[in-house]
Amino acid sequence: MSIVIIGTGMAGYSLAREIRKIDSEVPLVLITADNGYAYPKPALSNALIQGKQPEQIISADAATMAERLNAVIHTHTRVTTVDGDAHSLETDTAGTVHYDKLVLATGARPIRLPFKGDAADDLLSVNDIEEYTQFRTKIEKAERVAIIGPGLIGCEFANDLAVSGRAITLIGPDPYPISTLLPEAAGKALQQGLSDIGIKWQLGTVAESINHAENGYELTLANGDKVQADVMLSAIGLKPDVKLAEVTGLKTERGIVTDRFLATSQPDIYALGDCAEVEGQNLPFVMPLMIGARALAKTLTGTPSEVVYPAMPVTIKTPAHPIVVAPAPRGTEGGWEIEAATQGTKCLFKSADGTLLGFALTGEAVEEKAALLKAM
Amino acid sequence: MKKYKCIVCDFIYDEAVGIPDEGIPAGTKWEDIPDDWECPDCGTSKDDFEMVEV
Repeated sequence: MSIVIIGTGMAGYSLAREIRKIDSEVPLVLITADNGYAYPKPALSNALIQGKQPEQIISADAATMAERLNAVIHTHTRVTTVDGDAHSLETDTAGTVHYDKLVLATGARPIRLPFKGDAADDLLSVNDIEEYTQFRTKIEKAERVAIIGPGLIGCEFANDLAVSGRAITLIGPDPYPISTLLPEAAGKALQQGLSDIGIKWQLGTVAESINHAENGYELTLANGDKVQADVMLSAIGLKPDVKLAEVTGLKTERGIVTDRFLATSQPDIYALGDCAEVEGQNLPFVMPLMIGARALAKTLTGTPSEVVYPAMPVTIKTPAHPIVVAPAPRGTEGGWEIEAATQGTKCLFKSADGTLLGFALTGEAVEEKAALLKAM
Repeated sequence: MKKYKCIVCDFIYDEAVGIPDEGIPAGTKWEDIPDDWECPDCGTSKDDFEMVEV
């Protein structure tokens, strides 16, 4: 019996930890294309406020993790093919690896849009510690930062960079920030909070071209405005990394399709974390990943366990105006009830019969989170 | 009374306040919280917290 995990992000390492809590002996192999640093990914978007250098975010290197987990970790190694019948996989540097149970924890990659202009390739995206380290070097002397994508990650980075004294412009077609998760009243409250710390907005428009300017860059927007920047960050969303799953012939939709046991369409192959689409839901947040890791660790060690998600509020790290949002379950119908106060906004999503299905809290209203979760 | 912070999501456990909504009364010491307790914000285990300076 051996368990092989592809990926050493939060999903891969959390699963390995949970397996070790149950079984200290089962052979465990982790394979990663990067250097295998263990670090909490959410810390990338508020490291400046926390006063942390990139290396201070890293909790352990691959060798330390291998020792702690009693595991073999192949770093800088890519899996090229998986043979489900033979229960083996081929790698580019570590030869053939056999498995009894295989877990894909390949994560997600930033969505990249093509832009016109001679500096389109200088648009950065930050989705791992390596990219973040490069980003920090680039922003060291930057005074103006343009962020394309006023979503969760874009707003968190904007808040972090603004507090460190930089002039930030957030650009995107959305009518208000984080419009995929938040009702308008909450999004507008966040927008006001971020405006109060100096953040500028270019909403309802998109960047059309990105060019070198005399100093830094110039972004030309669809509305005709021009935005000057020293550094440009793209934060328009993540796409599950399904490349290996596709090569393997696993069923994929938006992510790698799994059932409630995180089992894919082929026997003994599972998927966990940002790459997985669990019964139609791709939830790229920490809480679903942790719940999935605990259930899967039990399943892989002989006790089949379904993933059961409770209400999972997402905390958005925008200290200028904090947000907590608990999206209503998919497919539920209802409407928003809004209570706006000067120090915060309370938005309750209720069904026709008044049942509380979800909520979005902003500013001082975030204090009510625990009470509302209890009521759900 | 000390404070502890989740290294993943920055949730702060303040011993002085506890988490009464979760049945952890004010004044509960960090070491008296069970090992299988999970961060209420992100679900990370207790081992992933680190102590923050008070």
